[in-house]
Amino acid sequence: MSEVERARGLVGVAGVWSRRLGWAVADSWVVARRYLTHLVRKPDEVVGTLMIPVLAVLLFGFVFGEALGAAMGVGGDQYRDFLMPGLFALTMAFGIGNTTIAVVSDVGRGVVDRFRTLPMAPSALLVGRSMADVVAALVDLAVLVGMGLLIGWRWHLGVGAALAALGLLLLLRLAFTWIGIWLGLLVRGPEAAMKFFALVFPLAMVAETFVPTEMVPGWVAPVAEWNPLSATVLACRELFGNTVVTGQGWVAQNAVLMAVVWPLVLLAVFVPLSVARYRRLSR
Amino acid sequence: MVADTAILAQGLRKGYRGGKVALDGVDLRVGAGTVHGLLGPNGAGKTTMVRVLATLLSFDSGRAWVAGADVVARPWAVRERIGFVGQYAAVDEVLSARRNLEMFGRLYHLGRRRSRSRAQELLERFDLVEAADRPVRTFSGGMRRRLDLAAGLVLDPRVLFLDEPTTGLDPRSRGQVWEMVRELVAGGTTVLLTTQYLEEADRLADRISVMDAGRVIAQGSPVELKERVGGGRVEVVVGRAEELGVVAQVLERMAGAPPSVDVDTLCVRAPLAGRGAALTKVVRALDEAGLDVEDIALRRPTLDDVFLGLTGREGEEPGDVGGGGSW
Repeated sequence: MSEVERARGLVGVAGVWSRRLGWAVADSWVVARRYLTHLVRKPDEVVGTLMIPVLAVLLFGFVFGEALGAAMGVGGDQYRDFLMPGLFALTMAFGIGNTTIAVVSDVGRGVVDRFRTLPMAPSALLVGRSMADVVAALVDLAVLVGMGLLIGWRWHLGVGAALAALGLLLLLRLAFTWIGIWLGLLVRGPEAAMKFFALVFPLAMVAETFVPTEMVPGWVAPVAEWNPLSATVLACRELFGNTVVTGQGWVAQNAVLMAVVWPLVLLAVFVPLSVARYRRLSR
Repeated sequence: MVADTAILAQGLRKGYRGGKVALDGVDLRVGAGTVHGLLGPNGAGKTTMVRVLATLLSFDSGRAWVAGADVVARPWAVRERIGFVGQYAAVDEVLSARRNLEMFGRLYHLGRRRSRSRAQELLERFDLVEAADRPVRTFSGGMRRRLDLAAGLVLDPRVLFLDEPTTGLDPRSRGQVWEMVRELVAGGTTVLLTTQYLEEADRLADRISVMDAGRVIAQGSPVELKERVGGGRVEVVVGRAEELGVVAQVLERMAGAPPSVDVDTLCVRAPLAGRGAALTKVVRALDEAGLDVEDIALRRPTLDDVFLGLTGREGEEPGDVGGGGSW
């Protein structure tokens, strides 16, 4: 084969791949639009996701706020400043439930079967779902930020740092969508999905969410510290300037780094797992 | 692959973990532009067969081509040429009918404008224009099924797979689906359908493969399959049990085969070749024997009889909607 022919071959291969990639992106967007339409037509999903954080703002911010603040040696106002980034991240974690249930019911209803008989990019269904979830998370965050501003929470270090914090939250959500997709492909029905969700609940709580890791019993502290959620919560507190108390642990010292590393690790694990699981549908 | 063959399968085998064999060496040839029925009870392997051919399931050995493309080597090419309508309506419940069809059009890479116009065409053809912009979850079972069929036709497929297309539908919707299948085939589409309804296969299919336990146990046109169980059957119901013996004698003479006598229902049954003329002869013979029968009927063979003859088990009555478990 001459150099010219080899070069032509490479260009041809590159052409095929770029065309495929183009279709994969276009197909994913079509799928994502489908889920986003659900969001608009059936807003109960958004409402459901926001229910717990909104209740948590009231419960932890006001009912227990003074007590928790006192335990940390700060006032209720300062505790609420401290609390909001925890609730932002908590909402990102609770989104896993929506993802799982949507995937489970698609598989169960045969919608996935139809998609699989179409000449679309096989990855588009999963990628589209995670794209839609990240957009939905943006809506969740907008509502929660609004609520935070109402109760006196502020970002103290400028818009750039605040946007960076929101970016980290969305990155965490992106990683979590793939856990949700994997679970959705793993479990058999919505009921089983709910059981898994019961596991997510404590994991979302045993973190920096409501109280600093230093305040939980010694044996849970490492779990809380190395919970992926904690890194994002700490990084957000740092970037929003909600540093009422500063953590002493290694994760706390390297929060922003870990808030990037953790989601990437989760993606590296759960994207291949989900893809493998999706392929197994044809067994 | 011969040009007039739309589907060709050779020795397809598919086992599941745990040792269950879903397909046990299935051969199938479906001529282009025909309707082929896969008939059999639950668990016979019909659905597995369709899913394998529609690139949804892998298989262990054998080869298969659909619309000229190898299912394993070129699934992509197969997907561009087929439509698939599964057992459950695979449409989005939240989106409107129109948005569903447009979405599938986009995923078939028709482009925005072509997807829109195609959706409109299909809505008109399937009588869904009025409901086009309502969410699908408000649709009746029949409407949903029509939309599901429409979604399978977005690309004008060369081969359409229908997995139990009328299960759970009322008789009117079932008739509509049958009508649509006939129209499609008239337009040149090849249809492979699975059904538990003997009547459905009889009415729609040019050829039928009867499946049982992962194997094709008989193949042929509905007429051919019926001929395998012989001609029709005459049933004579008498008023008193004493008359059963005489009737049986008369029928044995006419049919040339020993009749079956059912004492409980006072009924004598015997195979009978020929149609009306043969029945007239039976009536005359009974009359000459001085018998006054309660009822006499000529039963034409059904695919039920075919299935009974092939497997020794009863088939399912077409009227038993949703009673699939009774096989």
